Amino acid sequence: MIFSFDLLINAIVSGILIGGFYAAVTSGVSLAFGILDIVNIAHPAFIILGSYVAYIVNTTFGIDPILTAIVATPLFYVLGAGIYQIYYVSFEKRGQESLRGLAFFFGLLFITEVSLVLYFGVDYRYVNASYIGPTWHVGDVDLPLRMMVPCVVSLLLIAALQLILTRTFIGRAIMAVAQDQLALRLMAIDPIRIKRIAFGISIATASLAGAFLIIIQPVEPSVGREYIGRVFAICVLGGMGSLPGTVIAAMLIGVVESLTSTFYGPSWAPAVSFGFLLLTLAVRPAGLLGR
Amino acid sequence: MRTPAFLLIWLVIAAAVFAGSLAIGNDYVFFAGYVILQYVVLSTAWNILGGYCGYVNFGTGAFFALGAYSTVAIYKFIGDSELPHVIPIPVLMLVGGAVSGVVGLGMGYLTLRLRGAFFSIATLALAVVLETLVVNWDYVGGSRGAYVIRPEEMPLIGNYIRYLFLMMMLLSVASITIARLIEHSRLGYGFATIRDDELAAEASGVPTLRLKLIATTLSGALMGMAGAPFPYYIGFLQPDSTFGLDYAVNSIAMPLIGGTTSWVGPLIGALLLGTLQQVATVTISSAVNLLLVGVLLVVFVIVAPNGIVGLVRTYWQRKPEEFVGRRRVDADAPGSVP
Repeated sequence: MIFSFDLLINAIVSGILIGGFYAAVTSGVSLAFGILDIVNIAHPAFIILGSYVAYIVNTTFGIDPILTAIVATPLFYVLGAGIYQIYYVSFEKRGQESLRGLAFFFGLLFITEVSLVLYFGVDYRYVNASYIGPTWHVGDVDLPLRMMVPCVVSLLLIAALQLILTRTFIGRAIMAVAQDQLALRLMAIDPIRIKRIAFGISIATASLAGAFLIIIQPVEPSVGREYIGRVFAICVLGGMGSLPGTVIAAMLIGVVESLTSTFYGPSWAPAVSFGFLLLTLAVRPAGLLGR
Repeated sequence: MRTPAFLLIWLVIAAAVFAGSLAIGNDYVFFAGYVILQYVVLSTAWNILGGYCGYVNFGTGAFFALGAYSTVAIYKFIGDSELPHVIPIPVLMLVGGAVSGVVGLGMGYLTLRLRGAFFSIATLALAVVLETLVVNWDYVGGSRGAYVIRPEEMPLIGNYIRYLFLMMMLLSVASITIARLIEHSRLGYGFATIRDDELAAEASGVPTLRLKLIATTLSGALMGMAGAPFPYYIGFLQPDSTFGLDYAVNSIAMPLIGGTTSWVGPLIGALLLGTLQQVATVTISSAVNLLLVGVLLVVFVIVAPNGIVGLVRTYWQRKPEEFVGRRRVDADAPGSVP
């Protein structure tokens, strides 16, 4: 093994950059799974959906993928709110969310994925934007803009989410739903409505995460499967529903994956995040910044 | 009905199906039938842990692949030595089952203290870890995949696929017998208490961890046994597709569509969905398969939470409340941090 300092620094930097993107991918799951206790295993499929929305608009109108994603968030919000309504009526209300709710989302994952395959085929799709291609060089460190831009926007997104959660009424109500639904009801707030809003926001983040994904790499419908485990690994490692925890965990996983694939080969990288997850679950199920 | 009688009846049915398939005179029936029977075993195995205990396993593909890859490892080992080239399928099944069973036990030991959703996510993670190990293990072909040459003929039976079909048929009969046996034993009642209320079960002295370990081991072993003959069936084994989520979604959808509380459910679900998929593969395309599974899964969990078996029962009895009261189907363990 050839060890060089340059390689190490670059691996760490690209790990942090990809980690920023992972944070955006995971933020939706942190909301849904961490706070609302909804095991939305189909989240990566919605991210791919976001990628395809960005792709369609980009190829037909040439509009920037991130801009498209921001404009598309209300659509995703409505989609998410709708899905929660179905989920609530069919499973939560009947108290059947653990087995059938999980199966429901698993089914949604395949429906979304196969629909995309049937419509777009399994070719890899990509987008065009001015920041895809150029790279900044700071000393020996390469900073590809296609990684920088998603990372920065993703951190902004998470900061905004954190502000919403801690500073607004709805946000605080969302945090409260996780703790005590009855108390919320006593305050004359409908917990179902709050959960619907929160799940809508969770799916809305998938729109942005999808745009980041297609900026970083070409996308085909089954790419999302790679993210299912990773997303939950980050969510659990970050401490279930803690957004700062999510960012730290995402960057940690990003750096570890990047180091593994630089020094041991990319074929070992997937096992790392999952190894981390198994270890976390076995040793400290509350995660890094768990409550 | 006593178990020997049950077994005998199913052996007669199996013999009849085999004779019927021979009478059709087209070996394609065996190729299609093999896949359907494989799903009978997989969904029955999944149901032992998922339906009886209420723990959702997303790692069906991993256990199945472990069985398949033990066969590849044996095949490679024998190919290098002077031993005769053909190993009897039952031996392969036993080896594959043993490997998967041991991994199932290990996985259970690692993860079963986690409740609900955490367990499911851990199985997903385990599948990826195992896949990575196989991808990096060159002896069994690594990421390039491995070729296994199927013998042409089997003495007395004819084409080798008939032999594979027959073996899978016997394994299906064995697995539904095991499932039924569990259902009517102390083990089954123990599983049901875990499914209904694990905390209460533990409090009243049910050895929940031991029962869950038995369930994961049994379920994993059966999945491995289903996977063992697979390399001979497919001829070329590749980690990406063997470990894939497609097996997981099928083995979850089939019991849920059929009904999870009894051995009949997975059987009905697998026969129905398996046949439907084979028809769809031939007439439309294989991508539609998964769409079909996804849509049926979602529709059934929403509209008919107890599957086809539940629908039939309500129709016959016309007193749905009674069943809801007597047999609660779901574990109500929320995904709380254990």
